[in-house]
Amino acid sequence: MPVKPAVSVVASPAAEKTTPSSPAPVSPVREFLNTRGSGRLADTSFAALMLACACSIFVIVLFIFWILIQNSHLSLAAFGWKFFTREAWDPVSGDFGALPFIYGTLATSLLALAMAVPLALGVAIFLTELCPRPLRAPISFLTELLAAIPSVVYGLWAVFVLVPIMRDTLGPFLVKTLGWTGFFEGANFGVGLLTASIILAIMILPIISSLTRDIMTAVPHSQREAVLALGATRWEMIRIGVLRNSRIGIVGAVMLGLGRALGETMAVTMVIGNHPEIHKSLFAPGYTLASVIANEFAEATGDLYYSALIEIGLALFLVTIVVNAVARLMVWAVTRGAPSRAS
Amino acid sequence: MSTQPIQAQPLGDPRKPSRANILRRYTADRIVSGLAVLATVIVLAPLAAILFYLVYKGASSLNLAFFTHVPAPVGEEGGGMANAIVGSSLVLLLASLMGIPVGIAAGVYLSEFGRGKFLGNAVRFTADVLNGVPSIVMGITIYSLVVKPQRHYSALAGGIALAIMMIPTVTRTTEEMLATVPLAIREAALGLGVPKWRTAVSVSLRTASPGIITGCMLAFARVAGETAPLLFTAFGNQFWSFNLNEPIAALPLQIFVYAISPYDEWHRLAWAGALVLIVLIMVSVTLVRVFANRGVLKGGS
Repeated sequence: MPVKPAVSVVASPAAEKTTPSSPAPVSPVREFLNTRGSGRLADTSFAALMLACACSIFVIVLFIFWILIQNSHLSLAAFGWKFFTREAWDPVSGDFGALPFIYGTLATSLLALAMAVPLALGVAIFLTELCPRPLRAPISFLTELLAAIPSVVYGLWAVFVLVPIMRDTLGPFLVKTLGWTGFFEGANFGVGLLTASIILAIMILPIISSLTRDIMTAVPHSQREAVLALGATRWEMIRIGVLRNSRIGIVGAVMLGLGRALGETMAVTMVIGNHPEIHKSLFAPGYTLASVIANEFAEATGDLYYSALIEIGLALFLVTIVVNAVARLMVWAVTRGAPSRAS
Repeated sequence: MSTQPIQAQPLGDPRKPSRANILRRYTADRIVSGLAVLATVIVLAPLAAILFYLVYKGASSLNLAFFTHVPAPVGEEGGGMANAIVGSSLVLLLASLMGIPVGIAAGVYLSEFGRGKFLGNAVRFTADVLNGVPSIVMGITIYSLVVKPQRHYSALAGGIALAIMMIPTVTRTTEEMLATVPLAIREAALGLGVPKWRTAVSVSLRTASPGIITGCMLAFARVAGETAPLLFTAFGNQFWSFNLNEPIAALPLQIFVYAISPYDEWHRLAWAGALVLIVLIMVSVTLVRVFANRGVLKGGS
């Protein structure tokens, strides 16, 4: 029965035409379909076009890699692996090493993570577990707004607001309270590793907190209810039921934040002081991988100088690729199967 | 976050929970709740501070000249960023023209053809990773690729750099939005004899179009504020320029140059520029929210 209508729809016009002794047995429908041809060519070429665009993403990543390697071969040949352990940075005599920049990048990023992660966790816990429903949407909107502010505007704010605060208020306070640790020695100009870390922390907070919020939302409600049913307080429920279930995803979110912090350029360049030396003091000016490229690339005279800067870019590219890849895998491991975020 | 195991209570002895223990647990609960609220306040404080300062500083230095004049030479009062606003729009237009079609097409592949295939997953993963590549690396790559062989900075190079940064965002949102289109709609189209490519273009993409527009605007907002990829590609220009083959001014670049300069007049302009940039981005993000809420298809698969 269900087959019959389909057959009759196609067959009946044809049957009407063919039964009389007309020389043209082709139905209008068939004629129409014949003139249209099959959709195979269009379909295949469309699929191929879409595939080509999708593969262009691969090509872009490989291309970036290839171009960076090709353009840094001078420096790769001249310094080899030692490039990353040498402290010298002397464009005049052509002596290059990336250690001060690696130190600056790691110090600022890790310090920024140390500041941002507890706060981001707090925000995520507040948003998913404690927040009254009417407040939830505006607050998450505000934190996402933080993510939309361009890095150069953060830098501008840091130069004119954060640097004076660091120089006049926060810096002296830190010297007085934590001066004995040796991390807060030397002259405090307001610019330096600590200022750069603070602005980085402000910048990566929204990323970590919104990802963590997504991951915590993905924890099934039954887990929470089970823990609550055993008589747990709300904090115990969060700790046992939510955080423990989502810890891999949270680590992934933190690593995504780390990836962003490692590659952040403009805001850091504006407040880190730009001085390629390694100091224990957090007040000392430093330099990061990204900011040395931003500052010196346009005036890089000489092929070796240029290729050393490209090699720094290559290192940055590889490190962020690895960090991001691992982080994505971790986040996927947790949120896979969960419905995508509605808002 | 603690790693201590949950201690099992011996079963035979139904102990009454001690008062001290209950007190400790509830105090911990209160403290953590308090800390979470405190963290939220601490996080929102800088946002409020940045926005307040921006509006306060920017609004007091915005005037009509800002939108109509080119930058004044050092030491002269006045001047504006008209050329930077136009330059930014030009570079962004170029980037959108190149980046958005490729991004949408890749998203269509992921959603309509590559679902569940190894290649599809690999492309999705690569897009996510490309999203995390630092913008400065994109800048030096395009410099080596376009600027160095041509021997001059150009608006075109800036557009290419930004286009590459837009692709992953557009791809991922397109894919997510297409995934919300119910299969039944596609099947209905295919059942009427519509070819697959026509189904993808006129049915899936059309149904998901509000969401896809959202994604494109998000990508646009993201690259609108990017400075690092433009430093060595578009390079900046103090004068009017409409030639795609020449260095061109861009709003974020101009803000950067003015912010690190030692002149008060330029600082003033930097604040005004930052306010204009932020307003542009906020407006597009807010529009996105409106579109996104309207565009969510009810009963998606």
